[in-house]
Amino acid sequence: MAETSTSKPADNRVSPPSLLRRHGSQLGIIGVGIALWLSFVAAAPAVFTNGNIYLAFMQSTPQFGLIALALTFVVITGEIDLSFPSVMALGTAIFCLTVERVGVPVAMILGLLTGAVCGAINGLLVAKLNIPSLVITIGTWFLYRGLELVLMNGSGVPLTAQDYPGLHAVFREPLWGIPIQTLWMILACIGLWLLLNRTRFGAHVFLVGDNPTSARLMGINTVSVKMRAFMLVGVCSVFAGMMTSIYGYYFWPTMGDGFLLLTIAAVFLGGTSVFGGTGSVVGSFVAAFIIGAINAGIVSAGINAFYTQLAFGTVIVVSVVLQTIIDRRIRRQSITGR
Amino acid sequence: MAAAATAPAAASAADTPVIELRKVSKTFGEVRSLSNIDFAVRPGEIVGLLGDNGAGKSTLVKTVMGFHRPDPGGEIYFHGKQISDWSVARARNLGIETIYQERALCEKQPIWRNMFMGRELRNKWGLLDVHRMREECARLMKEHMGFTSAAVHPDNVVTTMSGGEKQGVAITRALYFDAQLVILDEPTVGLSLTETRKTLDFVSNIKKAGKSAIFIDHNIFHVYPVVDRLYVLDRGKVAGVYDKSQITMDDLIDRLYRVARSGSME
Repeated sequence: MAETSTSKPADNRVSPPSLLRRHGSQLGIIGVGIALWLSFVAAAPAVFTNGNIYLAFMQSTPQFGLIALALTFVVITGEIDLSFPSVMALGTAIFCLTVERVGVPVAMILGLLTGAVCGAINGLLVAKLNIPSLVITIGTWFLYRGLELVLMNGSGVPLTAQDYPGLHAVFREPLWGIPIQTLWMILACIGLWLLLNRTRFGAHVFLVGDNPTSARLMGINTVSVKMRAFMLVGVCSVFAGMMTSIYGYYFWPTMGDGFLLLTIAAVFLGGTSVFGGTGSVVGSFVAAFIIGAINAGIVSAGINAFYTQLAFGTVIVVSVVLQTIIDRRIRRQSITGR
Repeated sequence: MAAAATAPAAASAADTPVIELRKVSKTFGEVRSLSNIDFAVRPGEIVGLLGDNGAGKSTLVKTVMGFHRPDPGGEIYFHGKQISDWSVARARNLGIETIYQERALCEKQPIWRNMFMGRELRNKWGLLDVHRMREECARLMKEHMGFTSAAVHPDNVVTTMSGGEKQGVAITRALYFDAQLVILDEPTVGLSLTETRKTLDFVSNIKKAGKSAIFIDHNIFHVYPVVDRLYVLDRGKVAGVYDKSQITMDDLIDRLYRVARSGSME
C-alpha cells in the first residue's frame, strides 16, 4: 500500500501512513491470538467449542491483566515496576486490618491509598533520584512484602460471602452471565485507553518515555509524569489484589507470587516497547487474555501442565521477534519510499 | 536605558527589553558556566550570540528559557517585571520559544504530537482534541514547512524525516504559538545549503513580523547579516556588546580571534 501511494505524483494532499504502519504491532498480537486459538480448537475441539473454558479464563485473567493495563504506562515512560506483587498484598492487608473498624468502603479506600503511596514512593525514587527502576523496585518489592508479612504476622484472613456479600457481588458474581472480573477489565481498559490517548498526562507519558530531555526542554514535568504512572500501577495492583482475594475467598499473605512474570509478559507481548515511547493499552489487554488462554487451554486440552511454560516461552519469544521485524520493515519502507 | 525614566510612557514601553538578565551566574558543581551576565533583548530586535565552544551560549539560552535556574543573586525581568519563579512552562506561556540545537523532538512520536509537545490542544471536556491537532498540523506543514509530498503526513513518525524536515517541525512549532521572542540555538548545524537559506530567511521574517530573536551560531557569516546587535561570550563572561552599525564584519572577526587568544576584545 505504501509503495502505490508514494509513486503517485506529489499533489497538495498528504496521505496517511498505511494501516499496517500505524497498527502493525497490534495487528501482530491479534494475529498471534487467533492462530493460537485455532490451534487449541484443532487440538481439543470438544473443550474449545464449549463455553465453560472461556468462562474459566475470563475469571482468572483479569487478576493480573488489570495490573498489566496500568503497567503499560510505566513501561511506556521507559521504566519498569517489579514491586507490584507486594503492593497487591500490602494494600489488601491494609484492607483486612481496617475493615472491622471502619467498614468495607473506607477500608477499600485505605487499601487503594496504600497502593497509591507505594507507587508514589517508587516513582519518587526513580524519577527524582534517577535510580534505575529495575534496581529500586526490587528493593521496594522486599520492603512492601516485608512490611505486609510483619503486619499480618504471616497469617491470612478468610473473606467469605456471608461476611462480605457486597464485595462478592462486585468482584465475584457474574453479571448478565459474563464473569464480572472481565467486565471490570473491559471498563479499566476503556478508562485507561482514554487516559493514555486523550489526556495531557497520557500524551506526556509517551513524550517522557521517548526522549526525557526533549520533554523537559519543552516544559514537561518528567518527575510528576513518572510518579503518576507508578501510582496508577499501585492503585490498580491493590484493586486486582482485592479481586483475587475475593475470588479465592481468602487473603493469602503470599498473594502476588507468580503474578510478576505473567503481567510483565502481557505488557511486552502486547507490543509495548522495552525502550519506552511506544505502547498500547489495547495490546496489553489482548495479550493478557492470550496468556490466560494458554494457561487454561493447555490444561483443559489434556496436555501435560508441564508444557504450559514451554508454550508461554514460545509465544512470547516468537511474537516479540515478529514485532521487531515488522517494526524494522515498516521503518525501512517509509525511508526508501520517499 | 536610564533615559527611560524621563521619556514618555509609550516610548519607555517600546524600549523596555522583552527579556533582561541581570548579574546572572550559573554554576554546575565546581564549574562556573556563566558569571555575572547582563543581557537584554529589546522588542523587534535580533540579537546575535557569538562565542567559542564552552563560552556558555547554550547555558545562557537555557537560563533565559527557564530550563536552568540562575545562581542566587541573578535576576530575570520580562517586559520590565522581575520574575522569581521562572520555568520552561512559564517562559513558553509568556511567549518565548526556542529552536534547540538538539531540536528537542521525540522521534518515535508522530509529527502532530511533536508539534504540540507540552501545549496539547484540548476540547471543552478537557480531553485531548486529537482531530484538531492533526488538522492544524497538516495545515502548518503545508503553509509553513512547504511539505506537499504525499510521504509526509501528521501521523508519520519523526524518525523517518530528514534533518531539514525535522528542523522544519521545530521551527513551525515555535511559530504556531505566536512567540514574541524566538531563540535559535545553532539552527543551521547539519542542514543543506537550501535548508540553511530557508532558516536564515525565517530569522529575517521574525524581525519583519515585529518580534524579537536571539540567534546563536558558530558561523559569523550567518549571524552578522541578520542581527541588529551582537553579544560575544568568552569563558562564561560577556566579552563585548556591539551594535551592528558600530562594527564591520572584518573588525568583528579580528576581535573574535583576539578574544580567543587573550580573553579581551580590545
